[in-house]
Amino acid sequence: MFLARVIGRVWATVKDPKLEGQRLLIIQPLTPELTATGRRMVVADSVGSGAGELVYCCRGKESSFPFLPSEVPTDTCVVGIIDEMHVDRKRQSEC
Amino acid sequence: MILARVVGTVVATRKDPRLEGKKLLIIKPVTPDGKDEAGYVVAVDTVSAGNRELVIAVSGSSARMAEGCKDHPVDTAIIGIVDSVSLDEPLAKAARKG
Amino acid sequence: MLIARVIGEVVSTQKHESHEGQKIMLAQPLHLDGTNRGDAVVALDTVDAGIGDRVLVVTEGFSAMTSAGRPQSPIDMAIIGVIDHVELAE
Repeated sequence: MFLARVIGRVWATVKDPKLEGQRLLIIQPLTPELTATGRRMVVADSVGSGAGELVYCCRGKESSFPFLPSEVPTDTCVVGIIDEMHVDRKRQSEC
Repeated sequence: MILARVVGTVVATRKDPRLEGKKLLIIKPVTPDGKDEAGYVVAVDTVSAGNRELVIAVSGSSARMAEGCKDHPVDTAIIGIVDSVSLDEPLAKAARKG
Repeated sequence: MLIARVIGEVVSTQKHESHEGQKIMLAQPLHLDGTNRGDAVVALDTVDAGIGDRVLVVTEGFSAMTSAGRPQSPIDMAIIGVIDHVELAE
């Protein structure tokens, strides 16, 4: 899974029938320091997120599992909205 | 999923029998603001997309969940034709800068 | 599987139900020489790892889901081990 920010939406009338009623968002993947990394992409949404929100996304076939038993053809899906994040790159335990 | 533009067609006579009757299109990834990106992929079309149209493509094993692609050797499928894209410009810009 | 360093944690209230009660960590994948390898990832923690720990991250859905005990759920990465040490041949 990876961090991202929701930056837009896509509308499509002609689409796979299993995408009916599915919100399609555009996200920008981010690093923990919140800088952009990699290509922006279109994703499905399983948690009701909206523009501007910091989220985390699941990749691969697993990203279609929130919509089971409907087999939604999606390869990336928002699975959580982030409230808070703690990052500490300096700390290194003995492990 | 990615946004992409249809730029061509692939015709193959000798192919996996499970690809019989499937339309194969060449698509080029584009950014949400419509700029072309490097590279291309060949995708199975499930929504009757036309040349130069902006489409949504799904990749990986999820592509086999597209209409008519179950258990087919498909790794990228076109599953939607884009009507419009709305991009929150300030947000998108801020997200790029970090 | 990848070797990664836990660099942070994520707090989320609104999330997929399969992630409820699970710790969500930020892990930075590492090269064998300890330098960063690509971007940090978000992974569910199944072994109670802490920030600063060097861990094993599984990057394949089936393994991640089953180790988190949530089959058929949107989980593609999980921390499934805390590394004690790594030995490399010369």
